[in-house]
Amino acid sequence: MSTLIFRTTAPYLASLMVLFSLFVLLRGHNEPGGGFIGGLIAASALAIYGIACGVPSVRRAIYFHPMAISGSGLFLAALSGLVSLFVEQPFLTGQWITLNVLGVPLDLSTVLFFDIGVYLVVVGSITSIALGLEEREHA
Amino acid sequence: MAAETTEQIDLSAAMILAPATPADWLVVAPVAIPILTGAVLMMIRHQTRLHGALAVTGLTVTFICNVLLLMRVLGEGPQVMTMGRWLPPFGITFAADTLGASLALVASLAALIGALYATVDIGAVGRRYGFYPFMMLMMAGVGGSFLTGDIFNLYVWFEVFLISSFGLLVLGSEKRQLDGATKYAILNLIGTTLFLATVAMLYGAFGTLNMADIARKADGLRDAAPLTTLAVLFLFAFGMKAAAFPVNFWLPASYHTPRIVTAALFGGILTKVGVYGLLRVLVMLFPPERELLSGVIAWAAAATMVVGIMGALAQTDLRRVLGFVVISSVGIMLAGLALGTPGGLAGTIFYAFHSMIVLTALYLLAGVVNGLGGGYSLRTLSGIYTSHPAMTVFALLMMLAAAGLPPASGLWPKIMLVRASIESGLPWLAFAILATGLLTTLALGRVFILTLWRPQVDGTARVTVSPATGYLALLILSIPVLFMGLYPQPVISVAESAADGILDASTYIGTVFPEGGGQ
Repeated sequence: MSTLIFRTTAPYLASLMVLFSLFVLLRGHNEPGGGFIGGLIAASALAIYGIACGVPSVRRAIYFHPMAISGSGLFLAALSGLVSLFVEQPFLTGQWITLNVLGVPLDLSTVLFFDIGVYLVVVGSITSIALGLEEREHA
Repeated sequence: MAAETTEQIDLSAAMILAPATPADWLVVAPVAIPILTGAVLMMIRHQTRLHGALAVTGLTVTFICNVLLLMRVLGEGPQVMTMGRWLPPFGITFAADTLGASLALVASLAALIGALYATVDIGAVGRRYGFYPFMMLMMAGVGGSFLTGDIFNLYVWFEVFLISSFGLLVLGSEKRQLDGATKYAILNLIGTTLFLATVAMLYGAFGTLNMADIARKADGLRDAAPLTTLAVLFLFAFGMKAAAFPVNFWLPASYHTPRIVTAALFGGILTKVGVYGLLRVLVMLFPPERELLSGVIAWAAAATMVVGIMGALAQTDLRRVLGFVVISSVGIMLAGLALGTPGGLAGTIFYAFHSMIVLTALYLLAGVVNGLGGGYSLRTLSGIYTSHPAMTVFALLMMLAAAGLPPASGLWPKIMLVRASIESGLPWLAFAILATGLLTTLALGRVFILTLWRPQVDGTARVTVSPATGYLALLILSIPVLFMGLYPQPVISVAESAADGILDASTYIGTVFPEGGGQ
C-alpha cells in the first residue's frame, strides 16, 4: 500500500482521526460517543498510519508499547472506581467536582476518568492486534 | 453536564444512601486487587524481574481480603455491594454468601501458591509474553464469578477468566499447545455462547438478571415461563465448563499441553467455577427443576467419575493422568448436586475446597518430579525415592488425599457424600463414589510406584532443577490438606452453612433487597 497519494495523506488523516476520537470520547458523557467508540477511531487511525508508513514508525509515534497503554487504561478505570471508597460510597459511584477555569465552570468526574481508561484499553489492545497483523504482512 | 440539569430529580428512591464503610468494600476487593495488579504488570511488561514479586504480593493481599471477607460473612451473614450506588436489581450487585466467599478464599490460596511456584517454572520469556498479567486477570475473573450476584455479570466474569486462560494456554506458542488451545477455546466458547443465550432467554422470562431477584420471582413464573428448559441449558453450559460427562473430552485434550503451573491453576480452580455455577443456578435459583433433573445429574455424575478415573488408569503421561483425575473429581462433586440434600451439598462444597487444593498440589508435584526426573512419561520417570526422599512424603499425602483415604482431606467429603447418597435411596451412587475411590488409589498408586519406588531405569536423563520452591509450595499446600483431614469440623460447618445458604435463599434475598425493596 505504498502509493504516493496514500503516504502523503495518511499522516494528516491519522492526526485528524485521533483528534476526532478525543472529541467523541469527551462528548460521550451525555451524547452518543464515549471511550469505546473513541478508542476504536483512534486505533483505526494508528492502523492507517501503519499501513501507509510502516509499523516501526507507528511504534515510534506512540512511544509506549500498545499493551502498556492498555494496562494503564485498565489501571485508570479501576482506580476511578476506588475514589468513592474515601467518601463511603460503593465501588464505581461517580464523584463530581466543579473547577472554575478562567470563569468557565468545568465539571470533572470519576466517570470521565473511567471512560478515558476504556479509551486507552481499546486503543492499546486494538492497536496491538492491528500492528501485529501488519507486521506479519510486511515480514 | 450534571450541574446544568434543569429540574431536580429526587434520586433517593433509586439509590442506596447508606454509607459504605471500608469493611463493606471487602466484597469487591478480591476482584479489584487482581485487576489493579494485572494492569500494573501489563504496564511494566519489560521489567520481568519485578513480575513474580508483584504478583505474589497482589495475591497475598487478595488472600488476606478473602479471609477477612469470609470471617465477616460467617459472622454477619451475606455481604452485599451494588455498584455505583444504584439500587438492585438495576445496579450490578456483588453478593458474597458463605459459598462464594469460601470458594474465593480457597481459589486465591491455590493461585497464590501457583504464583509462588511460577517464579521458578516460568522463565523470562514466559513472563515477557505476559504470564503474570494473564494470571492476575484470570484470578479477577474467578473471584468475580464467585462473588457476583448478577447472572449476566457471572457470564462476563466467565469470559474474563476464559480469555485470560486462552492467553495462558498458548504461552510459548508450541505446535502442541496451539492444538490443545484450539480445542479448549472452541469448546469453551460453545459453552459460554450457550450460557449467554440462556441468560438472554432468562431475561426474556424474568425481566431481571439479579440472582436474588430471580430466586424470589421464580415461584410466581413457574407456570408461565419455560424454567425447566432454562435449567437444562444451564446444566449443559456449566457442565461443559466443569468437564462433566459426556462433554468432558476437551479437558484431557488440552490440560497436558501448557506449562505445569498453568495446568495446576486450570485443573485446581477453573473446573470448580463450573461446579459453582451449577450449584448457584440449579440449587438456589431453580430448585424444583433441579429436583426434576436429579436423575440425569446422578447418572452424569457417576459416568463422569468412572469414565474419568478409567482414563487415568490408561495413561502413561503424568499430566494426562492428572487431567483424568480432575474429571473424576468433578463427577464426585456432581453427586452432591444430584442429591440436593443439605448433607450432599455440604459434601460437594467440602469436596470442592479439598479438590482445589489437592489438584493444584498434584500438578505442582508433577512439575517438581519433572524437574528432578526429566520428563512426564511414566515409562522413564523412576527412582525419585532414592534421590529425593522428601518428595515421597508429599506425593503420598497428596495421593491419599485425592483417593479419599485418611489422614488427608479427601476422606470426610466422600463420607458425607456416601452417607447422603444412601440416605437419599441411591446406593448405586454411593457405590460409584467408593469404586472411584478404589480406582483412584490404583491409578495414583501406579504413578507412585513407577515414579518414586521403582529403581532408577538405566539411560534416563537427569535434569537437576532445584526443588526448593516446589517443596515450599507443597509444604504450604500440605497444611490445609492435613488440617481438613485431621480436624474437619470447622470446614464441615462452613460447608454446611454454605449449603444452607443456597438451599434457603431467603437470607441472601433479604440482604440484597432489605425490606423487600426493588419490586
